[in-house]
Amino acid sequence: MQDVTNFKPLIVAFCCNWCSYAGADLAGSNRLAYPADVKIIRVPCSCRVNPMFILRAFQRGADGVIICGCHPGDCHYTSGNYYARRRMSLLFSMLDYLGIERDRTRVEWVSAAEGAKFAATMNDFVEKVTALGPNKRLEDLRCKK
Amino acid sequence: MENKNERRREEILRISGVNPRKCMKCGKCSATCPSYDEMEYHPHEFVYMVESGELAPLLESKSIYKCLTCFACVERCPRGVEPAKLIEAVRLTVIREKGANHLKADDIPAKLDEEIPQQLLMSAFRKYSK
Amino acid sequence: MQRIGVFVCHCGTNIAGTVDVVAVAEALKNEPGVVHSAEYQYMCSQAGQDLIKAAIKEHNLSGIVVCSCSPRMHEATFRKTAAAAGLNPYMVEIANIREQCSWIHKDMASGTEKAIILGKAAIAKVNLNTPLTPGESPVTKRALVIGGGIAGIQTALDIADAGFPVDIVETKPTIGGKMAQLDKTFPTLDCAACILTPKMVDVAQNEKIRIFSYSEVVDVRGFVGNFDVTIKKRARYVKEDICTGCGLCTEKCPQKKVPNEFNLGMDNRRAIYIPFAQAVPKVATIDADYCTMLKTGKCGVCAKVCTAGAIDYEAKDEFIEEKYGAVVVATGFNPISMDKFDEFAYNQSKDVITSLEFERLTNAAGPTAGKLLRPSDGEHPHTIVFVQCVGSRCEACAEKGKEYCSKICCMYTAKHAMLTRDKYPDTDVYVFYIDVRTPGKAFDEFYRRAVEEYGVHYIKGMVGKVSPEGNKLKVQASDLIAGKQLHIDADLVVLAAAIEPDKSARGLATMLTASMDTNDFFTEAHPKLRPVESPTAGVFLSGTCQGPKDIPETVSQAGAAASKVIGLLCKDKLTGNPCVAQSDEMMCNGCSSCERVCPYGAITYSDKEFRMPDRTTKIRRVASVNPAVCQGCGACTVACPSGAMDLNGFKNNQIMAEVDAICKM
Repeated sequence: MQDVTNFKPLIVAFCCNWCSYAGADLAGSNRLAYPADVKIIRVPCSCRVNPMFILRAFQRGADGVIICGCHPGDCHYTSGNYYARRRMSLLFSMLDYLGIERDRTRVEWVSAAEGAKFAATMNDFVEKVTALGPNKRLEDLRCKK
Repeated sequence: MENKNERRREEILRISGVNPRKCMKCGKCSATCPSYDEMEYHPHEFVYMVESGELAPLLESKSIYKCLTCFACVERCPRGVEPAKLIEAVRLTVIREKGANHLKADDIPAKLDEEIPQQLLMSAFRKYSK
Repeated sequence: MQRIGVFVCHCGTNIAGTVDVVAVAEALKNEPGVVHSAEYQYMCSQAGQDLIKAAIKEHNLSGIVVCSCSPRMHEATFRKTAAAAGLNPYMVEIANIREQCSWIHKDMASGTEKAIILGKAAIAKVNLNTPLTPGESPVTKRALVIGGGIAGIQTALDIADAGFPVDIVETKPTIGGKMAQLDKTFPTLDCAACILTPKMVDVAQNEKIRIFSYSEVVDVRGFVGNFDVTIKKRARYVKEDICTGCGLCTEKCPQKKVPNEFNLGMDNRRAIYIPFAQAVPKVATIDADYCTMLKTGKCGVCAKVCTAGAIDYEAKDEFIEEKYGAVVVATGFNPISMDKFDEFAYNQSKDVITSLEFERLTNAAGPTAGKLLRPSDGEHPHTIVFVQCVGSRCEACAEKGKEYCSKICCMYTAKHAMLTRDKYPDTDVYVFYIDVRTPGKAFDEFYRRAVEEYGVHYIKGMVGKVSPEGNKLKVQASDLIAGKQLHIDADLVVLAAAIEPDKSARGLATMLTASMDTNDFFTEAHPKLRPVESPTAGVFLSGTCQGPKDIPETVSQAGAAASKVIGLLCKDKLTGNPCVAQSDEMMCNGCSSCERVCPYGAITYSDKEFRMPDRTTKIRRVASVNPAVCQGCGACTVACPSGAMDLNGFKNNQIMAEVDAICKM
């Protein structure tokens, strides 16, 4: 039995370069703490996030994946976040069908000015994923070292 | 008391399907209303008063029976608020609160008349069976 | 295998305070591909950069990872450093261990652990990096302005002023647009013609500007810096270079019953015409729909009276092909049709008019020579009702109105009301409004003057119904403040019709692959920070094609668009962003998914011949990306079902490698 009290989740965050990555930087500049469990991967736009990346993260042992993009209507590339939203809602319902809890995945809009929102979102997400415990359903044990 | 008013208000919104928040207070509904002079409260006031929860005066007002349901206000409203439906819903609330105004399927055979058009039954159901 | 150098920055104590940088450098030393690992106080300083350059040379590095602050801060710096040492700048990756690690984690152990993981992710990515070279494309130093209203005129003048040639394409026989039809302009009440016509003359006389009037753009190909445009010059049956604009033909033409569109059909013109006295170019045009000679071959009066011999009944449409570096859209607006607003009786009575028609009625060059007379009987109206927001802010009636506020109506209605009271103090003027919106310099003062000094009756409420009775118009309206219904016997009703983008805009947007909103207004690249650029590179927006605007705003936007065009045309070559999408033709199945999601129209399909393994050749339809147009969002890479599309700098395998590195606990 996994020791739940000491469980540290592994969170992968995909952040778009123009809004959310800058929002994460702002959270840093303002010294707004969020757990070190969150590791950010920079992508040009939320629409660059291939559902494969998310499945791969779960397969390799991530406990939660969050995609952050610009607010609707503010996308640097005009419509990228709309594509992301549609793709992710499809992917999430598929994950739901596979028995992956909804709280392990999330799409959030964070602008470059919303450092506080970024930190709050990450805190909340980590809390939710911690409560769920480790992701066992999709983790591929062969990938473990 | 507060609760009853709120319940009434929700009921009116539910029956009518109207969202009074869409109103931009242009008054075109009242401007176009043929029974304006007969009414104490006018279509735009209905929308505003339902929105702000001031129901008591409306429920007591004779205005609810003066509306011709001509739907001119529905036709002309630039925001699609449909005031006539709201007035109709207020009228229904008053009628229902008097009681014994519900229609059940079992009541139909006794009331049935060869001359009654099918459509009348349908609209009676729509009105009294909610 | 790459030869990777890792450089960990202390950033004073900013990073070193909560991350054990020495441990990070040590831990990353044994990652695959890493041949050198070092840490230093300030990597971005001159000494730090020299350290990197020396290491690149000494260890013959093929890629570097800098563990430091955000790439948004110093990625460009380190890329330059790499380039100075002879390394491709796109072989640099940054691990953000300051903003996204040391600054937010107070615990040394977890901070160090995370910094190592971020470093590993960057190393994993750089292992798969390939050198990238930004593409270059030349710039044609000529601009195209589509639309010759005040927006197009101002943009063209400003671009020409900077020394670049400009062509204006205008569908009407003359430039001038809507402003030429106006009488006075708010809030200063300058006469529109007095301030516009000198600008039109400037355009005509400017050597850098060519005017293609009575013409339209029929085809646009190419991309920023290199547009190939086909312009259709409609036959006007008058030789432009010979016609002197004397106007004799327009007086002698026997076909007198042609509705004059310049006066919105309120009077008639001849079949050969010059729209108005100050037209530019001042050249006659034959209206082929009405000309007896062109229809039956029997007339020829204009050719007989023309002393210059400019009439040419045999003229044909011409097609002109030209290259441009930038395209400015200035297609403007039109008032919406009032046909579906039955309650205002626009189609039942001649005395119900739109504001633009009112403008012509009060214009000295208009059908009544500036006297305000009822169109039905030519009498002076004594009671005038203005109705605002006709078709504007009309959410429920999408088939007839517009959801947005048309912005200019409040001010021009105040102007009309004020001018009417000024000229004809015996006239009662009512304005029915929902809200009076007059933000703008000296705008609200102007509106208040109409009320306070000129005694215009402003009534809060909408008009519900206008019904013609005898020679009066019965106006039924509600006064929401007094709480009563009003019945006014009006002589004239003026409707402030909503404005909509010109109908030609939709087709033009398709040709330019410029995006539009649901109302057919062009979308800007960023609503706040790039308001005059279209998301499509090289396409700029000027005036009301982007959204409702008054004249001062239009002129300032026109100038802004011009400055953006000048900035583009000043460049000899455009350097692209090399992080663009790239299609693997061998994998592409020709499905067009990528083409459909691309917001920039950067992807095109073409048939290509491929040699198959069995030595036969096969023609397949494959996608190719124009790197000059692609902005590198990556939408296509995810849409591609066969995995043929990938994004340089953010390749699928690179992001996968980052995911793997992070998840490898």
